[in-house]
Amino acid sequence: MKCREVVELMTDYLEGTLSAEDRARFDEHIAGCDGCRGYLEQMRTTRRLTGRLAAEPISESLEKELLQAFRDWRGRSQL
Amino acid sequence: MLGARVGDKAAANELNELRAADEKAFASLVERYHGSLLRLAAGYVKDRALAEDVVQETWLVCLRSLDRFEGRSSLKTWIFGIALNIARSRARREARVLPFTSFFRRDAGDKGPTVASDRFGTDGMWKTWPDPWTNVPEERLLGQETMAHVREAIDALPRNQRDVIVLRDVAGLDSSDVCSVLAISPENQRVRLHRARAAVRKSLEGYLS
Repeated sequence: MKCREVVELMTDYLEGTLSAEDRARFDEHIAGCDGCRGYLEQMRTTRRLTGRLAAEPISESLEKELLQAFRDWRGRSQL
Repeated sequence: MLGARVGDKAAANELNELRAADEKAFASLVERYHGSLLRLAAGYVKDRALAEDVVQETWLVCLRSLDRFEGRSSLKTWIFGIALNIARSRARREARVLPFTSFFRRDAGDKGPTVASDRFGTDGMWKTWPDPWTNVPEERLLGQETMAHVREAIDALPRNQRDVIVLRDVAGLDSSDVCSVLAISPENQRVRLHRARAAVRKSLEGYLS
């Protein structure tokens, strides 16, 4: 396997969807290739950093409006 | 396996609490999914205020429809499905005022290599090795400037790739849920996820390495 091919299999590898044969070839390549190991590490870090976007805080005004909407909904549904 | 079951239980509790009109349960859902919903919506409307509108309408529709939620999907998947419907219908309504680039970007291709070919020699091996970023201090790695890069890189993706990376890597849906929300095949989902992650990686590489 060539590095150029290995980089295109990174997501399949991380998703666990490679065939057993391809996975073995992938592992074998990675074991001997600092460049592809570095790239795989970058992909993992990319995934981790992307996940942190979930923590974006909600604006106070929107939160207030939503909680008010919730109370209105509760009021109506309990009539 | 155990993790999944514990997760299901927690989700079922969440739903019961919500139906019992527990305000804290609602507030915690709103907070937990805010960043993900906002990022998803941002792909369909032209500014942050409109994206917040989409998020707001999502929660209103969720409350209104909660009685009809049958639990065939997880609560989370249901919420993101609603958000996607709202965002798409907003985008259709605003289509006339969006700049043309939005239309071209939406259908940008899912083909071709994700790493520039000049990174490799004629033998197909790296010319220069990618830096694993292990020497980048955690402070810088997780700093606001890096996160702004990630956000911009995601917002610049074609919509079909952006939806997948936001649902998978920001919202944390699993691949089968993403396939059902977007009505795409597992293969298609993997291709889009791969291209999206590779593009974000590339943008980070320019900044971090």
